[in-house]
Amino acid sequence: MSKNTVSDRFRKVDVDEYDENKFVDEEEGGENQLGPDEAEVDSLIRQYPSLFTRQHDRAEGLVLKVLSSFKSTDIEKGVQSLDKNGVDLLMKYIYKGFEQPSENSSAVLLQWHEKALSAGGVGCIVRVLTARKTV
Amino acid sequence: MSYHSFLLEPISCHAWNKDRTQIAMCPNNHEVHIYKKEGSNWNKIHVLKEHNGQVTGIDWAPESNRIVTCGTDRNAYVWTLKGDAWKPTLVILRINRAARCVKWSPKENKFAVGSGSRLISVCYFEQDNDWWVCKHIKKPIRSTILCLDWHPNNVLLAAGSCDFKCRIFSAYIKEVEEKPAPTAWGSKMPFGEVMFESTGTAGWVHGVCFSDSGNRVAWASHDILPFKSDPAQTFLTSETLPLLCVTFITENSLVAAGHDCYPVLFVYDSNKAALSFGGKLDVPKQSAQKGMTARERFQNLDKKATTDSKEAVLESLHKNSISQISILNGGKARCAKFCTTGMDGGMAIWDVKTLESAMKDLKIV
Repeated sequence: MSKNTVSDRFRKVDVDEYDENKFVDEEEGGENQLGPDEAEVDSLIRQYPSLFTRQHDRAEGLVLKVLSSFKSTDIEKGVQSLDKNGVDLLMKYIYKGFEQPSENSSAVLLQWHEKALSAGGVGCIVRVLTARKTV
Repeated sequence: MSYHSFLLEPISCHAWNKDRTQIAMCPNNHEVHIYKKEGSNWNKIHVLKEHNGQVTGIDWAPESNRIVTCGTDRNAYVWTLKGDAWKPTLVILRINRAARCVKWSPKENKFAVGSGSRLISVCYFEQDNDWWVCKHIKKPIRSTILCLDWHPNNVLLAAGSCDFKCRIFSAYIKEVEEKPAPTAWGSKMPFGEVMFESTGTAGWVHGVCFSDSGNRVAWASHDILPFKSDPAQTFLTSETLPLLCVTFITENSLVAAGHDCYPVLFVYDSNKAALSFGGKLDVPKQSAQKGMTARERFQNLDKKATTDSKEAVLESLHKNSISQISILNGGKARCAKFCTTGMDGGMAIWDVKTLESAMKDLKIV
């Protein structure tokens, strides 16, 4: 028996670490830095829920009230009075409203959606999906 | 315009040779097929098999008659015609993700490959070692590069990426060329320098194109079509499905196409610094208007809640999204013909003159 069968430490070596072609994701350092920040922000939000999400919800509730108060015949005029950015913003609120349906909201929103679609086209919906700033 | 359906699979990418008699394209697999036009038929004359993954980009250099292909197997090959066969040369790109697009530079002494490893490989031929060497442009790219286009001065490279930005880099390689003259984008151009970075788009940049002079650049983003002509930047919000590819046909006009299956013309007015929708370029509607019986009307109302007789059949020439546009004649300054390929496996050749006369109110400035 030769000497080198005594030790089996070689079995614990991670061979992949020494592979020259091994892929090392260089951006990992940057991504790790975001980690603790997120946890901090998260805990702060839980402590003070009124700060962040409430404003968005309030704005959304307000918009929904306004949209439902329109008469069906006036919806088209309302949409015509908006400019391009306005139509995009309207579409964003319509989809946000769809996310949380209440008793009558969906029907009203669908009517608005039809008019906004004829004004903005399919591109308007694509912009709602790709926009980084949500409402 | 003429339409030829090559196959049932999508055409991933295509490239034309110098006299536009041969087209090289990838039928959504690992090979590159070269078709030659003989009379009115397209015959397959070569099949290039070397890639181990789908071929995502092909470019054919007109003067030196070399084809460069890149694929998801992280490799690029430069093919030269020796006798009657195409012989590949491997180019080591040193990337760890798939290559997405490749373009020869105008002088054909280098080519650039955009990849999923968040970098652009600029490759040039080193005479001493008889080998293609590559240099990387990494900063500040944060995501996959989807499309590339070279500036006519052979140094600047526009790249559109999935991190929602279009950038113009300098790809100046001192081993193969001399210092470039100052351009509209800047005068100092060391390798990898960002000459311009876009702001304001919120979608992936699917296609990018320099104008013929190189002073203007337009890119097709998922949500809008931005356009930059020094110093003004403008954009046009599209009312249609996202555009995937864009090209200049004159200094002021662009043709773009995408998921809507037909090419669209856009015109730029430099006095007003505004981009406007020029017209939809497609076969004129020839659908027979048959009368609807009362029964059909009720059926439509019941099934589809509408009284229209529109069927769900596309009336455009392409039956699926158009993924690539290439200029056939006339260059980017005065294009006379351009070609589109798409996910329906078909290739359509559009003639600008006949389009102009066929569509009323179509003005190509």
